[in-house]
Amino acid sequence: MPRTLAVQAPAAGVRLITLQRPEALNALTTELLGELAAELALAEQDAETRAVVLTGSRKAFAAGADIKEMAERDLVGILEDPRVAHWQRIASFPKPLIAAVNGFCLGGGCELAMHADILVADEDACFGQPEINLGIMPGAGGTQRLLRAVGKSLAMQMVLTGQPIDARHAQRAGLVSEVTLPELTVERALEIARAIAGKAPLAVRLAKEALLKAQDTDLASGLRFERHAFTVLAGTADRAEGIRAFQEKRRPEFTGR
Amino acid sequence: MTFEHILFSVEAGVATLSLNRPEQLNSFNAAMHGEVREALKRVRQNPEVRVLLLTGEGRGFCAGQDLADRNVAPDAEAPDLGESIEKFYNPLIRALRDLPLPVICAVNGVAAGAGANIPLACDLVLAARSASFIQAFCKIGLVPDSGGTWSLPRLVGLARAKALALLGERLTAEQAEQWGLIYRVVDDAELRDEALKLARHLATQPTYGLALIKRSLNASLNNDFDTQLDLERDLQRLAGRSEDYREGVAAFMAKRTPSFKGR
Repeated sequence: MPRTLAVQAPAAGVRLITLQRPEALNALTTELLGELAAELALAEQDAETRAVVLTGSRKAFAAGADIKEMAERDLVGILEDPRVAHWQRIASFPKPLIAAVNGFCLGGGCELAMHADILVADEDACFGQPEINLGIMPGAGGTQRLLRAVGKSLAMQMVLTGQPIDARHAQRAGLVSEVTLPELTVERALEIARAIAGKAPLAVRLAKEALLKAQDTDLASGLRFERHAFTVLAGTADRAEGIRAFQEKRRPEFTGR
Repeated sequence: MTFEHILFSVEAGVATLSLNRPEQLNSFNAAMHGEVREALKRVRQNPEVRVLLLTGEGRGFCAGQDLADRNVAPDAEAPDLGESIEKFYNPLIRALRDLPLPVICAVNGVAAGAGANIPLACDLVLAARSASFIQAFCKIGLVPDSGGTWSLPRLVGLARAKALALLGERLTAEQAEQWGLIYRVVDDAELRDEALKLARHLATQPTYGLALIKRSLNASLNNDFDTQLDLERDLQRLAGRSEDYREGVAAFMAKRTPSFKGR
């Protein structure tokens, strides 16, 4: 049993992972990241799981890395940091990952949220990369994913001043897709997860891959990848079922084949 | 913390906070800000409290900032008034607006400067017939703060808001009621009783639902129509899960008086 996470299956095809270190505002220890990476590996292998929602507590999604742990690491310690491998495993999770963000989403917490494909935030949430205040800088994608999400000027401002932005600002900037009431954040994320869980899994998987491709390749290569992915789907049973169901005006029954 | 500059009590679900520097017309200094903040914290943390009543002792309600607390010598460097707003007034206004329970303000006398705008952050404002509202800021070269420039145009329209803010004239309680700035004027001698009666009534009501109503109406001032419809859906979802809603429906069906808990 993981100690720093709770894992539930609140709906068919949907897993809900809740970060559970409330005493430390869900600060991301190596243990927590390792458990999260392991849980996502389980979710990846489980054919029944079609989408995952990741959330924290009402007060904090995650308020950053574990500063105490970080302070104990010197140059060599950071070079050999096991966390890098955990982050890579989280980043390569192939199924849709939705972050339901309540409260503080800072530093490593913000970076973790940005590993998600879709971010839903509560109206009181705040996002920031305060690492600069400690004489360090973001080290898990904060300078890369943030810039791609919100653009250069705001990303620079956030990373260089360490000052957070509120949920509405984050939504206007494109970091989060929806802002909702604190009481309903997880529910809304689960709703989105359920909607995705009802789609053809292979189409969802390739569409996610194509969208992520858009972030790190030129347009021509991205379009080529998209076309290949589109072609691959032509050979699936779910494509035939989807089109047939549409023509017959009924709900499709997808099998993941 | 014991209070010197305010009176604070909780009785039968009603918390009463009375500004108590009558000699200075209850104007704010740093100490009073600290006490008000502490009292509002207690209101938030005490599940017994279902209504807040805000009023003042003596002949005035609140004369805003105590200028004795802000000495500007002619040759001294200009004070940073923004800091005082950021530290004291804005948190106070936000706290009143965000409290998840109805806030009644009984304006017992003159309300000037920030003191005129604090009631506008409350939910139901009663005023004594002899009370008055003065946007005094313009007379000393300042700008209405404590939410005044936001609340005034929304309550009385831009034309009247500008007249109030640019001229700084005294607005009588009766005029304030006619303009829609406040809810109701009552005779001076009856203000306390009327306000308490209203507070005690609300304290028996489904106050969780009332807090959601307050939240939706406050949000409506910023939202477009579609956003507001979505918000109504979400808040109704929450309201529908409350104990009070079940009780309200059950009492209605059984033709009895409901007993609400505020949950």
